[in-house]
Amino acid sequence: MSIENDIRQIAVAHQAADGALLPMLVAVNRALGYVPAEADAVLADLLNITKADVAGMVSFYSDFRRAPPGQRRVAVCRAEACQAAGGDALAAEIEAATGCAMGATAADGSVTLDAAYCFGNCALAPAVMVDGALIGRATPARFVEAFGKAGAP
Amino acid sequence: MSRVFVPKDSGARSVGADAVAAAFAALGAEVVRTGSRGLYWLEPMAEVETAAGRIAYGPMAPGDAAAALADRSDKRIGLLAAFPPFARQTRMLFARVGLIDPLDYRAYQAAGGGVGLAAARAMTPDAVIAAIKASGLRGRGGAGFPTGIKWQTVSQAEGARKYVVCNADEGDSGTFADRMLMEGDPFLLLEGMAIAGHAVGADKGYIYLRSEYPDAEATLEAAIAAAPFLDAAFSVELRVGAGAYICGEETALLESLEGKRGMSRAKPPLPAISGFMAAPTVVNNVLTLAAAPAILAAGAAAHAALGSGRSLGTMPFQLSGNVRYPGLYEAPFGLSLRTLVEDWGGGTASGRPLRAVQVGGPLGAYFPAALLDTPLDYEAFAAAGGMLGHGGVVVFDDTVDLARQARFALAFCAHESCGKCTPCRIGAQRGVEVVDKIIAGEDRPRQRAVLDDLLEVMRDGSLCALGGLTPVPVQSALDWFPEDFEREAGS
Repeated sequence: MSIENDIRQIAVAHQAADGALLPMLVAVNRALGYVPAEADAVLADLLNITKADVAGMVSFYSDFRRAPPGQRRVAVCRAEACQAAGGDALAAEIEAATGCAMGATAADGSVTLDAAYCFGNCALAPAVMVDGALIGRATPARFVEAFGKAGAP
Repeated sequence: MSRVFVPKDSGARSVGADAVAAAFAALGAEVVRTGSRGLYWLEPMAEVETAAGRIAYGPMAPGDAAAALADRSDKRIGLLAAFPPFARQTRMLFARVGLIDPLDYRAYQAAGGGVGLAAARAMTPDAVIAAIKASGLRGRGGAGFPTGIKWQTVSQAEGARKYVVCNADEGDSGTFADRMLMEGDPFLLLEGMAIAGHAVGADKGYIYLRSEYPDAEATLEAAIAAAPFLDAAFSVELRVGAGAYICGEETALLESLEGKRGMSRAKPPLPAISGFMAAPTVVNNVLTLAAAPAILAAGAAAHAALGSGRSLGTMPFQLSGNVRYPGLYEAPFGLSLRTLVEDWGGGTASGRPLRAVQVGGPLGAYFPAALLDTPLDYEAFAAAGGMLGHGGVVVFDDTVDLARQARFALAFCAHESCGKCTPCRIGAQRGVEVVDKIIAGEDRPRQRAVLDDLLEVMRDGSLCALGGLTPVPVQSALDWFPEDFEREAGS
């Protein structure tokens, strides 16, 4: 199977939707972890639009990545409510603990660290998401515990 | 066998509610997962059913389950109806959240769900719109536009097809009421959308949900599949965004829903005339749509009897940041900010003096302690130079640096700007640079003149509320906390 075929299979389920490009890209990004460059021609063909239309969508929305993310995913909320509850210091600790700068993937591909702007967990700030699991009242120790546990085989 | 209620709310889960639920189940209790009551400092909470009612305990650890079942736990809160932080609220929108399994339709009906839609469908669309108008309901997303007038505009607009779009792109930091409602009582939102569909003649509704809310996504998908009142005459589709704050702006949301970059549209035409796919479209916030069922069930007068001035009904205020008792507090409009922050919220969590309160999200003003007596209603906040927005209140103690917060507001706008209009795209970026120079002590009077000019251009010249309102937090920081911009550089 070529990657083009994989992408076509994922995307075609949304072809009948009004405004299908967004759900198609969300589905590809979720299934593969990123939107490969090969997707542009496939989706353009399915929707009878240009490759530039697809590329413009990918570059606009911050969820869409052009390269595979790290094996582990960490997202730290950097918005005001978490800032008010010690989020700046926590973010710095997490950068140190993962060896990753905000927005970067580790050179060995082990982890991607992203800034997030609100998980709606403001009343339990600061908030961090580790591999899709939300952690409230986050501290460096609680982060390390969750990061270590979720990473264990 | 005891019945125990433990929240499945993503906030409660983020502090261990799943493990608490498992501990009760392991002891043989029947565990019902519910929404959260919103008393987040007590999460994870558990409520044990007794002959006297549900006895609450919290914050729970898995090891506390046995003692709670035997009612000899030091985590005992008691009946929430007798617990002031809950009892003094007026729970209308959130009446069922925390009470029932969010996906149990029979429990929803038993707790009063479905009555509003049944009443609406027995009425003419015009009568439904008249009831919404008479209730005084205004858009809860922030703009406060009268909902009945919006519905009437869509109803009267020419169009072969019409749509109801729910704005569930709750991106403002410090707001989480939409998330709690979607996770805790999703049928209420769907019922409100069906009422709107009947009122305006739409057969299709969309919920545009932000991707940062995976639990809400799963709950809504399940609720859409289970809701017996959704059918070919009115169906709902869930659409998930992809990380763009601007898509909370209604015209950018519509562009995104159409599968395009989320770039704001010029208004007019209003979405009510030409919205999704150029068809007349109701775009309402989650809480606005969720308010409709109670208005139809209990009557417009009951809704209009609550609140103050032209802000009628209740608002779920969301309190967070550096505050002792963070959570969701639903109360009639008109409650003072001081009552919410000091009496209900218990002041700062750090115990240090309160210095600033940001109300209304990243585009809301920073108020000093001197403005705490401002009533929480749309007009009072506007008169004080702020905005109530979606009802989020973020508390900061005296360690906050308002020059840094002003810089953040501009940097956030630069990051999230869709790029369509110059004042927002360039102004926010220049604003960051200018504030950096002010912080660094470079030629302050001249930089301040540039900043004032920039803020004016952004406020008056931006296409949408992102560029237009970003000056609000910056201006409030300059007006109320000028000393933070005058500090010696490097101090």
